[in-house]
Amino acid sequence: MSVLIGRDTRVLVQGLGREGSFHAGRMREYGTKVVAGTKPGAGGTTIDGIPLFDTVAEAVDATGANASIIFVPAPAAMDAMLEAIDSELTVVVCITEGTPVQDMTRVASALERSATTLIGPNCPGVITPGECKIGIMPAENFSPGPVGFVSRSGTLTYEIADALSRAGLGQTTCLGIGGDPVIGLPTPEAVRLLNEDPATEIIVIVGEIGGSAEEHAAEYMRAFGKKPAVAFIAGRSAPPGKRMGHAGAIVSGNQGTAESKVKAFESAGIPVANAPSDIPALVKQALRR
Amino acid sequence: MKLHEYQAKQLLARAGIAVPEGRIATTPEEAEEAARTLGGTVVVKAQVLAGGRGKAGGIKVAKTPNEAREHAAAILHMRIKGLLVRKVYVERAAQIAKELYLGITLDRDRRRPVVMLSTVGGMDIEEVAATTPERIARGWPDPVIGLLPYQARALCFEAGVPAEQRSAVVDIAQRLYGVYAKTDAMLIEINPLFIQSDGSVLAGDAKLDIDDNALYRQAELRDWKEVSPDEEVEERARALGFSYVQLDGDVGIIGNGAGLVMSTLDAVKNAGGRAANFLDVGGGAKEAVVKSALEIVLANTRVRCVLINIFGGITRGDEVAKGILSVIAQHPPAVPLVIRLSGTEAEAGRKLLKGAPLESRATMDEAALEAVRLARKAS
Repeated sequence: MSVLIGRDTRVLVQGLGREGSFHAGRMREYGTKVVAGTKPGAGGTTIDGIPLFDTVAEAVDATGANASIIFVPAPAAMDAMLEAIDSELTVVVCITEGTPVQDMTRVASALERSATTLIGPNCPGVITPGECKIGIMPAENFSPGPVGFVSRSGTLTYEIADALSRAGLGQTTCLGIGGDPVIGLPTPEAVRLLNEDPATEIIVIVGEIGGSAEEHAAEYMRAFGKKPAVAFIAGRSAPPGKRMGHAGAIVSGNQGTAESKVKAFESAGIPVANAPSDIPALVKQALRR
Repeated sequence: MKLHEYQAKQLLARAGIAVPEGRIATTPEEAEEAARTLGGTVVVKAQVLAGGRGKAGGIKVAKTPNEAREHAAAILHMRIKGLLVRKVYVERAAQIAKELYLGITLDRDRRRPVVMLSTVGGMDIEEVAATTPERIARGWPDPVIGLLPYQARALCFEAGVPAEQRSAVVDIAQRLYGVYAKTDAMLIEINPLFIQSDGSVLAGDAKLDIDDNALYRQAELRDWKEVSPDEEVEERARALGFSYVQLDGDVGIIGNGAGLVMSTLDAVKNAGGRAANFLDVGGGAKEAVVKSALEIVLANTRVRCVLINIFGGITRGDEVAKGILSVIAQHPPAVPLVIRLSGTEAEAGRKLLKGAPLESRATMDEAALEAVRLARKAS
């Protein structure tokens, strides 16, 4: 069991350039059903055996694709996301980094009227270990098991998945949702999916300073949590007012500080790890209870 | 990218929002000349990208051109929150009867722009928001449609804008929203928005922060960027494609991925040390990028030790190792290096680094402990 994606997910790749083709290959090696690609003007041809189409609508009609992964450059990302949403794909993962925030508010407005779940942008993607990977994460760090994992970070997701896997704690689904200020699947929504998933026995929530997504996720778990959770917040030592790489990781005033997030989790009965390396032990402890 | 007041006001004026007439000056003599041209009482305002200019003595009223020159002489080259003032804006003084606040920014929770209007203008709006949030009226326009007249009117009623100024404020709010959308603003603010004694409405100050990710389509604004000497290193890093933030500790940090680098900063703090910077080389960094990253970190004279933390995904450990070796070969660093390589091609990277003058550790926590120990030993 898993959330959002599994063995039967049929994936379309939007933007089969150098990066897109490389990762399409890695996803296929992992067992993901990569059924189509879009490249306007190249419809009717193939790349590495993947049939290409001019538009998402044509690709969906011809192949039954129900998910997509986007690798187009930032100036074209809003267009690609809206095209995928218009074709009513179930899951859309946008890897592209550097999408303007106002473009994302327009995409969010389209999502309000759509059943599509958008992951990202600026994210590593989603993986259901052993079944399906729609993303760019190094698959060897992930393994199947009972932990549902949501993270706003990229590389840190690999680091923590690796630590969990080494400790024998595999994952149902890992959702790398991205660190931008406006994203398709915010932390509370991702936590809700994992809370509702019967196969997920425990949820690991990795947040960052900035915004109030972690606070809302903590409130949700306090009210509706069916299973234990463990959290980690990156950026506890960051000084206020400084932008730390991710457009999202900025703290102004008292909003979005690490203290506020840690407090929210702790008052919801969710232990917060001091370092990524402490997470596996906390997970084991919570599972024993 | 933040714009100066005089630049933001130029954009407001272009959009049809009334602003006081003004001139920019870089010397006391130019300020005197500007005051003479404008005539009457003027305000001399420091153009620096920091808040609290008034409290810091960076805004002064001058009744005569002579006085404007004296004020400019005092303000030019002063430092406000550490930033050097290199320009002043000389503006005709407004006849202030009342001060409002009008601003538009992103509401992350609602994933929409939020328009804020208050009759408590002229002061620290964050303070007002924290202590008396009910004094700020808020509205959330659909970004696809823009700010509609009824939404702007509702804000005026809620905030208690006087009836005589209502249509003027609605008009300004809609025009301001237009500038917000057109310039890809993260934040646009008129604070204070003056109601003058004759009843007219005028933008007293203007703040505009442009989304860096949208600068590719804001060619004109991109050219307006003024890099102060304080920001040169951060700018150089940005040009090379990675983000760098200077901090005040002595352990230099390099890593890949914002979350991982932030966690590395935290690990250094947990180990009892202080990070000298945040540096994210991004994904897929090649030898040359790693080399320039190391050079930028080492250029900070406070750095006593450098900690490199790479978890390879797209980034390859062997490329990182080559970058480090190339810096060591050209100018051996005067401070010790600690490295933690994991993930893609980490084994190959560690092999390349064997015998090099640096400390290698298997985990982030161990590497942070060692870096803090070495930094302490060196200072």
